[in-house]
Amino acid sequence: MSDIEIEIDGQTCTAAPNQMVIQVADAVGIYIPRFCYHKHLSVAANCRMCLVEVEKAPKPMPACATPVAAGMKVFTRSAKALAAQRAVMEFLLINHPLDCPICDQGGECELQDLSLGYGKADSYYCEGKRSVKDEDIGPLIATDMTRCIQCTRCVRFGTEIAGIRELGATDRGENMEITTYIKHTIQSEVSGNIIDLCPVGALTSKPYRFTARAWELVQSATIAAHDCIGSHLYAHTRDGKVMRVVPRENTALNETWISDRDRFSYEGLYHEDRVQKPMIRENGKLKEVSWQDAFAFALQGLQRTLNRSGVAELAGLISPSATLEELYLFQKLLRSVGSTNVEHRLRQSDFSDAMSVAPLVFSLNEFSDADVILLIGSQIHKEQPIAGVHVQKAFKRGAKIIAVNMLDYDFHFSLTEKMIVAPQAFVSALMEINEGKNAMAAVLSSAKKVCIVLGAAAQNHMQAGLVRTLAEQIAKKYNAALGIFTEGANAMGAWIAGAVPEKQMPTSAKAYLLLNVEPDKDCGNPAATVHALRAAEFVVSFSIFHNPILQACAHVIFPIVPFTETSGTFVNMAGDWQSFTGVANAVGEARPAWKVLRVLANYLQLSGFDYESSEEVRREVKEKSLARVPVVVKEVNVVADIPKNKIYRVGDIPIYEVDSIVRRAKALQAIQPVMEGELAAVRMSTEMLTQLQLREGMEVRVKQGEHSVRLPVKLDTHVPGGAVFVPGGIEATKELGNLFGEIEIEGID
Amino acid sequence: MRRLRLWLKSFSFSELIRGLTVTGRYFFRKKTTIQFPEEQTPKSPRFRGLHALRRYPNGEERCIACKLCEAVCPALAIKIESEPREDGSRRTTLYEVDVFKCVYCGFCEEACPVDSIVLTRHDEYHVENRGENILTKEKLLAIGDKYEAEIAADRKEDARYR
Repeated sequence: MSDIEIEIDGQTCTAAPNQMVIQVADAVGIYIPRFCYHKHLSVAANCRMCLVEVEKAPKPMPACATPVAAGMKVFTRSAKALAAQRAVMEFLLINHPLDCPICDQGGECELQDLSLGYGKADSYYCEGKRSVKDEDIGPLIATDMTRCIQCTRCVRFGTEIAGIRELGATDRGENMEITTYIKHTIQSEVSGNIIDLCPVGALTSKPYRFTARAWELVQSATIAAHDCIGSHLYAHTRDGKVMRVVPRENTALNETWISDRDRFSYEGLYHEDRVQKPMIRENGKLKEVSWQDAFAFALQGLQRTLNRSGVAELAGLISPSATLEELYLFQKLLRSVGSTNVEHRLRQSDFSDAMSVAPLVFSLNEFSDADVILLIGSQIHKEQPIAGVHVQKAFKRGAKIIAVNMLDYDFHFSLTEKMIVAPQAFVSALMEINEGKNAMAAVLSSAKKVCIVLGAAAQNHMQAGLVRTLAEQIAKKYNAALGIFTEGANAMGAWIAGAVPEKQMPTSAKAYLLLNVEPDKDCGNPAATVHALRAAEFVVSFSIFHNPILQACAHVIFPIVPFTETSGTFVNMAGDWQSFTGVANAVGEARPAWKVLRVLANYLQLSGFDYESSEEVRREVKEKSLARVPVVVKEVNVVADIPKNKIYRVGDIPIYEVDSIVRRAKALQAIQPVMEGELAAVRMSTEMLTQLQLREGMEVRVKQGEHSVRLPVKLDTHVPGGAVFVPGGIEATKELGNLFGEIEIEGID
Repeated sequence: MRRLRLWLKSFSFSELIRGLTVTGRYFFRKKTTIQFPEEQTPKSPRFRGLHALRRYPNGEERCIACKLCEAVCPALAIKIESEPREDGSRRTTLYEVDVFKCVYCGFCEEACPVDSIVLTRHDEYHVENRGENILTKEKLLAIGDKYEAEIAADRKEDARYR
């Protein structure tokens, strides 16, 4: 259908058929007041604030629910429209408390703004106001339901975007209340968005509660640092300290939403663990020293160790959430010294497929026209919540979602087909699909457009090389878009920067450089990593936070700053280079890691480290093509040579344990047990319980190699037979080995 | 000719007498000098002097940390930090007025929705050491407690003009 012309306030506007008046008005910049309308949510038309006068219509019409018609004439500021808007505002204010001075929304409240612009100065109403009992809906969101004006944006967000119905409206008319259906905590991983959606102060941020006012805050743009989506954020700072984080609109990535992890992780930035001063180890004890002394000590130590053992004995581990500049300088420093042992894929163990194949560029737009989405080892809504929102949207549109997983995750969408297999059977499950024999293959072959998501479990799997190769073959076979959803904010950047080894990393080295790595929580095999660090002669750690392992075995600790306090670049999985600047002041004497690396390289007298700014580093990365010799993809072995009769561990990383900042965010840590259940446990199916002759609640010894921990047993029907779920990245399991691998369970007498 | 006349006139002391007449007039008039600090000039109830934070009669501090005074202060003399108190109410953890910065405009009092921050009629105070110019929350509340009766009476008197 062709475009039609309508007139709004005398201005001729072009509109597509089926558009609503408010959309056309927004496009041309005519503001119509609204509360319930939101461009990414369905139309409810229940606040009536957007009433406008339409020519020939007997009554004012809601602009959000009035479709355009050719020749329509709309008046948004006519006497009739204004009278209607004033009357609606008066009704809305009948029950709204006048507690703006103690309301966190004060100063950024849509009701406050609109009552100033469209309301009357006085009211006829002098009866008592209603009040509503507040419910505790969790540690992230504070409620003051008396302030609610029943716009139902939060309810629609839950059903339409997040995919879980958590909030709803009960009763009618004046008794209408927004509440949880059954008294419980909000568990969605994108629940924080209802704080932004709420036009009044009924839903506000709990960690931010009462700490600052909108007008005191400085808004600076930044990029999310906890997953490979790279959502656009605004950090709101006061006196150089991040007070809260809100979304920045970006059509291609996060629309107007962000995940709770990106929103509330800022609390971790100011955790007491922050390293404030450089430290060196003298006589077995760490002590605070000046930067000069720390550099001199590091230089001395590194030279001594490398002269004795050779440069091949130097290894570097760097967080996949480090900035592009940090990753580049880190690997440049190591390579300039002469070592190629630099790794960012800390949780992965198998690189047999291709050492130098970077994750593929995958745009979230691929989901928008997919008929079938295949999840391989992916709990997408927890790993990349914003990608989860896109998948949810595809599901709403009618796309079929199928999954091959090692745990039967509770998705918000329903799966058309699923295969829940133990790790040892994961590869053969994928081969079945590849051979086109099962029902899942039938779903795939019927589709016009397929998207394949390779999640964290697939990449951390002990046969990840095979899994990746098979995923590529499946993608080829069904002409699918394959997305490797990497851990960390900048795995793509790590490949571009070259923070990958040319051959397999050695299991141990004499000297280590670590950048924002917590060996016991960030590594795929914490026991082995910690062992290697303890055995090393010299360990230099660039740390944001103190960590007990590093305090025990690091010889130098340089305090570095998190992403909010440095300039840098994250490359997301769509391949966008997203640069940001520092938004907050550094804590203590901590400095941006790229500066620390530059100066350390100067101390080591390496050439080519005379950067004045991080932009200079970025330019160099862009100019350089980091060509490495590609390793030929191995032929897929039909039968993978792993014993099938053993029990295998599924070692997923819980949603709020992914990196050092998130682990220290108080509110997120408080909500995690509600979302994930008790994590410090061995979870297994009923059949496994019988097979091992265990009972729920029993304490058992969980062994991987020579490492063991005691954990309680928990019944979990999500776990397939032949496997147990023992999460990684947490305190209770930090002494265990590989996230995916053989595991032994012994009853304790 | 003119110079001669002025020269002769100077012998008559007429300017001196005129001057002394003024002096004499004031000499015998009623004196306005008061014996400060024993005596004080009368002050308007609207006088804007030393700051105070008030309490409700039940002892609860009035301030709810809305930060409107901080926002309106043209001299940026007020600094507030806030967080939820144990009972969940919005309270300040820090409320400081820098009396060196303050220009005694009274905007803070105008902005306050709960009549918490007020300017009392007291204008005689001094600072001996660096740092004493900062009135902390404790000091402000103490001032409020001390002069509550007077503050309340002043507000009452002024209320009919508002």
